[in-house]
Amino acid sequence: MTAAVQARRVTRMRPRAKVAAGILGLFLVCAAIGPLLYPYDSVATSVADRLLPPGSALSEGGLAPLGTDQLGRDVLAQVLDGARVSLLVALATVLIGGFAGLVLGMLAGYFRGLTDTVISRIGDIQLAFPSILLAILLAGVLGPSVLNVIIALAVTRWVIFARVVRGSALETRDREFVDSARVLGVGHLRIMWRYIFPACVQPLLVAATVQIGLTMVAEAALSFLGLGVPVDQASWGATIANGRDYLSSAWWIAAVPGLALTIVVVCVGILGDELRKVTDPSERERA
Amino acid sequence: MIAFIGRRLGLAVLLIFGAITIVFLALRVIPGDPASLILGSQASEAELAALRTELGLNEPLFLQYLHHLADLLRLDFGESWRLGADALSSTLERVPATFTLAGTALLITIGLGFPLGLYAARNAGGWGDRLVSYSSLVGQALPSFWVGIMLVLVFASALNLLPSTADGTIWGLLLPAVTLSLPFLGWLARLVRNGALEELGKEYVRTARSKGMSERVVFYVHVLRNTLTPAVTVLGLILGNFIADAVIIEVVFAWPGIGSLLIDSITNRDYAVAEAAIVLIAACYILLNLLVDVLCSYLDPRISLEAV
Amino acid sequence: MTATEEAPLLTVSGLNVAIEGAAGTVQPVRDVSFTLAQGDSLAIVGESGSGKSMTSLAVLGLLPEQATVRAEDLRFDGAELTGLADPDWQQLRGEQLAMIFQDPLSALNPALTVGYQIAEMFRRHRGWGRSRARQAAVELMAQVGIPDPAARLRDYPHQFSGGMRQRVMIAMALALEPRLLIADEPTTALDVTVQAQILRLLRQRQRDGLALVVISHDLGVVARSARRVVVMYAGTLVESGLVAEVYPAPAHPYTAGLLAASPRARGTAGSVRPIDGQPPDISALPAGCAFHPRCPIARERCTVERPKLRVVAPGRESACHFAEEVLTGEPTKRGTGAAHG
Ligand code: SF4
Repeated sequence: MTAAVQARRVTRMRPRAKVAAGILGLFLVCAAIGPLLYPYDSVATSVADRLLPPGSALSEGGLAPLGTDQLGRDVLAQVLDGARVSLLVALATVLIGGFAGLVLGMLAGYFRGLTDTVISRIGDIQLAFPSILLAILLAGVLGPSVLNVIIALAVTRWVIFARVVRGSALETRDREFVDSARVLGVGHLRIMWRYIFPACVQPLLVAATVQIGLTMVAEAALSFLGLGVPVDQASWGATIANGRDYLSSAWWIAAVPGLALTIVVVCVGILGDELRKVTDPSERERA
Repeated sequence: MIAFIGRRLGLAVLLIFGAITIVFLALRVIPGDPASLILGSQASEAELAALRTELGLNEPLFLQYLHHLADLLRLDFGESWRLGADALSSTLERVPATFTLAGTALLITIGLGFPLGLYAARNAGGWGDRLVSYSSLVGQALPSFWVGIMLVLVFASALNLLPSTADGTIWGLLLPAVTLSLPFLGWLARLVRNGALEELGKEYVRTARSKGMSERVVFYVHVLRNTLTPAVTVLGLILGNFIADAVIIEVVFAWPGIGSLLIDSITNRDYAVAEAAIVLIAACYILLNLLVDVLCSYLDPRISLEAV
Repeated sequence: MTATEEAPLLTVSGLNVAIEGAAGTVQPVRDVSFTLAQGDSLAIVGESGSGKSMTSLAVLGLLPEQATVRAEDLRFDGAELTGLADPDWQQLRGEQLAMIFQDPLSALNPALTVGYQIAEMFRRHRGWGRSRARQAAVELMAQVGIPDPAARLRDYPHQFSGGMRQRVMIAMALALEPRLLIADEPTTALDVTVQAQILRLLRQRQRDGLALVVISHDLGVVARSARRVVVMYAGTLVESGLVAEVYPAPAHPYTAGLLAASPRARGTAGSVRPIDGQPPDISALPAGCAFHPRCPIARERCTVERPKLRVVAPGRESACHFAEEVLTGEPTKRGTGAAHG
């Protein structure tokens, strides 16, 4: 597929998907350069500015567009900071989990036999185990840190990717051009890289998009439970947990980050749908 | 039938065994020295050494694993240092609360998801159908713990209609159960809708019409009966997910079930209880999947039990 | 021959079916007319896509929503069928009109027992109780030759053989003793011996006064189950007449081709000669006679002028410019011609 074709497809996206892409773009910008756009320290406390509702003026002048929490910390700044953590965790998890899934899935699908049996069985066992439990267990044992959250979530996700990749690899390995490459004596590694890998990329990308949304929710859940990002770092989940104790006096603390999370996740979902339509020829015909 | 259930049961046992292994690996391999984790940083070297011997930590990992399995076979999950009681029985005490919650959520899911799905199918393409579809998509994307908090905000803090935490009454059950059911309610509704629409296009529907059956009979007898099987499959999976998802929802609503016990134990490094809770939840999940398989083959006459 | 002289039970006159699709509107049935008297039997023959199934579904009001039915006259037992309200259709279907379908496995509800699906006729139409309806279902199953019916009542369709399934369909269709039965390729999915049994079953009922429409792509099947035949091509009637007269001497080249393609129809064991070419795309019919690209005797005139269905002999109609020639000529020779054409 050439870049031109791809570009045409992007412009042909449904309006819903365009809106979603726009919102996600905004989210990416905020996560990347949030502090530049809104210079405010998300962990700076100020007793005078406790529990101010959205739009309040601060004691030192300035404005808290989305209010402050019980320590006088600015909620918007926390949401912007949380966006960075959320994005970081989601991307890293999907990259690591995706890479592990890609390698193991290709091995399983290409070599079949014992390799496949071992990898697939491990995956089956893990999938028989609710993934949120595994994440809680790992994150709890490893202790709160961004890296540990990423590890815990990546461990729970690799199976999904491996299954997708294995499916594509199984399909491709028996195609004629792979057979002829084998007959010509091309090495396994080279065949996997030249022929199997390209076939796995698109389904992997679709799965990755879906997983980014799910991972963001999972990170927020872990942080909400106190098992995720350490207390001194901003995270949407932690901010929600914090706001839970002030529901009757300061609803915005819990409401705002959750709303941000919801919007981002819904947009990711919409884009994922669109991506599936674009990449899956059978879906495209049906549409 | 017996052979089929037996085979499935064997598989379930194997999966539970796998779950135990995963938990063992997570608890014994990752943290480095479980003894110092259990006793905390203030413990003396002598105390640590004593505990290591007691726990068998000086043995090779594989032996430890075998011993551990033997213990679990005797249903000995160890003792909770925090509660000072047997880990398994402390966990079992919390089971009824979690089951009540998950069961209520399932009732809500069925009670609303089925009619909504059928309504959407009968009015396919209409605004009601689209409303159901969109809200189910959003409902599945919502982070449930946040939805729970927002429900508390609206119904407990603002409107003062319902209690925000478990208070032992049926009202205290309502918010957590609704929170738990929300994402799956939409899922079920869409599944029922799509299933019913697919069935409506099948030839037997034309036959039923050619027999002079009214549209009501065609839909609520002929189509519904065929939509039931996939829906029931999903119900079992949903119940399993409820028990797993309840872990977070129980924390939100301070619901005294296995989930909140698990989180308490993990944050307090009370790993005996944590293991008992996780294995119990995983076992429920696995056994529910088994139940679904069996129920399905019973409901769908085309699935021959022997062939599976 | 007395049957034809009575007032017809079913009158189809100038029937048109149009289907709204993504690629515009298509007309799978154009200007189809025939009548059927009580106790009489009619075969509708044509290749798939000729509009024969659409015609029968239109008679039962079972076409999909996107289809519009127009007819000069569509009448059953004196009552107009077009524009009938749902409750009236429901009264008519099952009670007066019944249909059996080609593939009984997909036409039966897989999730309901066979007993339920038969007994349902009595319960919904007659309001009978469960046990009485079940009793009647057992009797019906016995009548259509299902062994040990009481025990099989609780079985599901997939537990029956193809032939037994079709018997279940027939039992269901005949439950309320309808006056007209439409059988759409009733035996296509079955092997030859079972085919014969099923056809015998239908003929029996027909002798008891049931009017029968058999739809098939195979003239051979029809030869033994119908008194009259109409042949359809690309949505229109191309020939009609008594089976006994059409088979030995067809009046349309298409009928002749179908006969050549079905040795069973002619009772000879000669080689099968399929008609050349493919049935036309109904959204882009050839000009003139729709059959001309495949017709072995097509001439200049056929490509410009559409032939009308006209009487070519007493009780015989054909839509061919050269019907008389076909009728008097030697069918076998034309069959050979088809191979060259
Ligand atoms: S009209 Fe012409 S083309 Fe059509 S069937 Fe007769 S001879 Fe053939």
